[in-house]
Amino acid sequence: MSLWDFIGTHSAILAVAFPLLGAFLTPVVGRLGEKASRYVSFFFLSLASLMVAFMAVRVWDSGPLVYTLGYRSGSSIPQFFRIQLYVDGFGVFMAIIMAVVSLAVCMYSWAFVDRYTGQEKYYTLLQLVAVGSYGMVLTGDIFNLFVFFEISSMALCGLVAFRTERGESFEAAFKYMLYSTISGVLLLFAVGIFYGEYDLLNMRAIAEAMSSAGGASVLDKIALGLLVTVFSLKAGSVPMHMPTPDAYSEAPGGISAIFVAASQAGLYALFRTSFTIYGHYDPISGAFNLDTYTLGWIVIVLGILSMFIGVTMALVQKDIKRLMAYHAISQTGYMFLGVGVGIAVLSDPVKMAAFGVDAMRGGIFHIINHALYKGLLFLTAGAVFYRAQTRNLNEMHGLGHTMKYTMVFFMIGALAIAGIPPMNGFSSKLLIYESVYQFNPIIAAIAMLVSVLTLASFVKVFYSAFMGPRPENPPEEVPPSMLAGMTILVVLILFFSLFPGLIVTRIVDPAVRALVPYLGGV
Amino acid sequence: MLWQLPFIVSALLVIIGLYICIAKTNLIKMVMGVSLMESGANLFLVSLGYRKGGIAPIYTSSPGGEMVMPTPQALTLTSIVIGVATTALMLSFIVMMYKHYRTCDARKARRLRG
Repeated sequence: MSLWDFIGTHSAILAVAFPLLGAFLTPVVGRLGEKASRYVSFFFLSLASLMVAFMAVRVWDSGPLVYTLGYRSGSSIPQFFRIQLYVDGFGVFMAIIMAVVSLAVCMYSWAFVDRYTGQEKYYTLLQLVAVGSYGMVLTGDIFNLFVFFEISSMALCGLVAFRTERGESFEAAFKYMLYSTISGVLLLFAVGIFYGEYDLLNMRAIAEAMSSAGGASVLDKIALGLLVTVFSLKAGSVPMHMPTPDAYSEAPGGISAIFVAASQAGLYALFRTSFTIYGHYDPISGAFNLDTYTLGWIVIVLGILSMFIGVTMALVQKDIKRLMAYHAISQTGYMFLGVGVGIAVLSDPVKMAAFGVDAMRGGIFHIINHALYKGLLFLTAGAVFYRAQTRNLNEMHGLGHTMKYTMVFFMIGALAIAGIPPMNGFSSKLLIYESVYQFNPIIAAIAMLVSVLTLASFVKVFYSAFMGPRPENPPEEVPPSMLAGMTILVVLILFFSLFPGLIVTRIVDPAVRALVPYLGGV
Repeated sequence: MLWQLPFIVSALLVIIGLYICIAKTNLIKMVMGVSLMESGANLFLVSLGYRKGGIAPIYTSSPGGEMVMPTPQALTLTSIVIGVATTALMLSFIVMMYKHYRTCDARKARRLRG
């Protein structure tokens, strides 16, 4: 076995293991000097990203990567009784998001947290967030999903409370912690229900056992209700959105950006359980575990509420990061909407082929677009805070005179989030509008209205922060490491804007095919 | 009916815990509610794996006979460890909030609004 094969086989577990090792090495290395911990964390995060790249090539070339921990060929115990990592097109898609955002955020943080003490703890937690998110999107085992869910929530709470001189950061961290712990307990209950019924923890094995038991029972439907609640809370959808704006706005600049990517792991888990467990399809009898029409509508309604309430709350905000946090909620609604249409028409292959696949492509493409442009916007908001020392839009003006790069980056992000052609936000939103229109025209109209309101809100931010008279002591441009972190995301946004077709066929399509069983594919 | 008692109790624990989280305004009581919910989930897992008359699942020199299921016990151990970590973290957040706000009342310790 050559070295490349060896790395390819083990890439899934290494992507989780490298940041975990780095997380525990960072405080030790941090004793050497202030700067050591930042380089160690960057080194291990880039190793993890490299592993994700290997994994992506392998999965796109030769189908899903199944990695069973502690398994030797010839063992009499079936593989799915062990802890299994199951990486398909959708898992790789989410891992790529985390790989990109974690590197950008780590580089951005070099300068951003330079004035704080306890930097080694910051970088430790940053890597643990990456561990939690990689684990959530790569595992095939529902109990491990719970463990990584808790790791990611706990590390994020620690980071939200990083600025210890403010009481508000602890308030936000406690609020988020309370919600995520309660949802963790409910998730554990759902895991217990699955285990009690089928004696299994592997998601694909559960799906098959459910299928041979004749579809989802009442208990399974209770478990589904718990799972939808838990994961839409993690994703920050509306009825459970209360802690999200607080946590996003109180977290340090870079952390809000990685928060977006980590929340999307919750979105992943929602779609993974909906499609892989409940949308499982028996190729012989043609029966589905559950008629997902109702589930699809629930997800769509959550999406519409998130879109609309998120954007209307954003319009009235004066705090730049809080405003962006409400926009993050609103954009999550688009993903719920696109993929929700896919869930609703899952048991109808004709409608699926007519518009369901396009809706899912739009929803899933929007996930990566959102991680990029919202990550960029949070980083620019952090840059504004870094120089202006305030987040209140009424207290800042004329920053564009001196912070030219930040202004341009903000403009790119704002155009992308508002869906102005030819930015990447436009491509994914267009896919959603067109396909959702065929499903239900009213919903498509709401989605377009929300997009207009988004643009209005970002025009307001642009004018109050960057335009206006030159301030008396104009702040200088942010340090190069922060610009470098933002540049990574900007380059990717521009690339995605120029070649949306390439991205959809190469990256998004494998993810859609991995979710919809009868399309066939990786 | 009696064999379902652990499940009923675990459901009750979760419901009581949730009620405490919603109805009480003292932050420390909220953490107690969360801990109660965690205990309910742990009890649920352990009682799932129990087999009547089963022995501890230790394979070396076992006297034979039915064993209780080891997996839920492993899950419970993991979940207890996670529970300790979350409780400790939440309590430390409350300590720091008290330092800044001088109150543990959820109605007063609210500066983030809107």
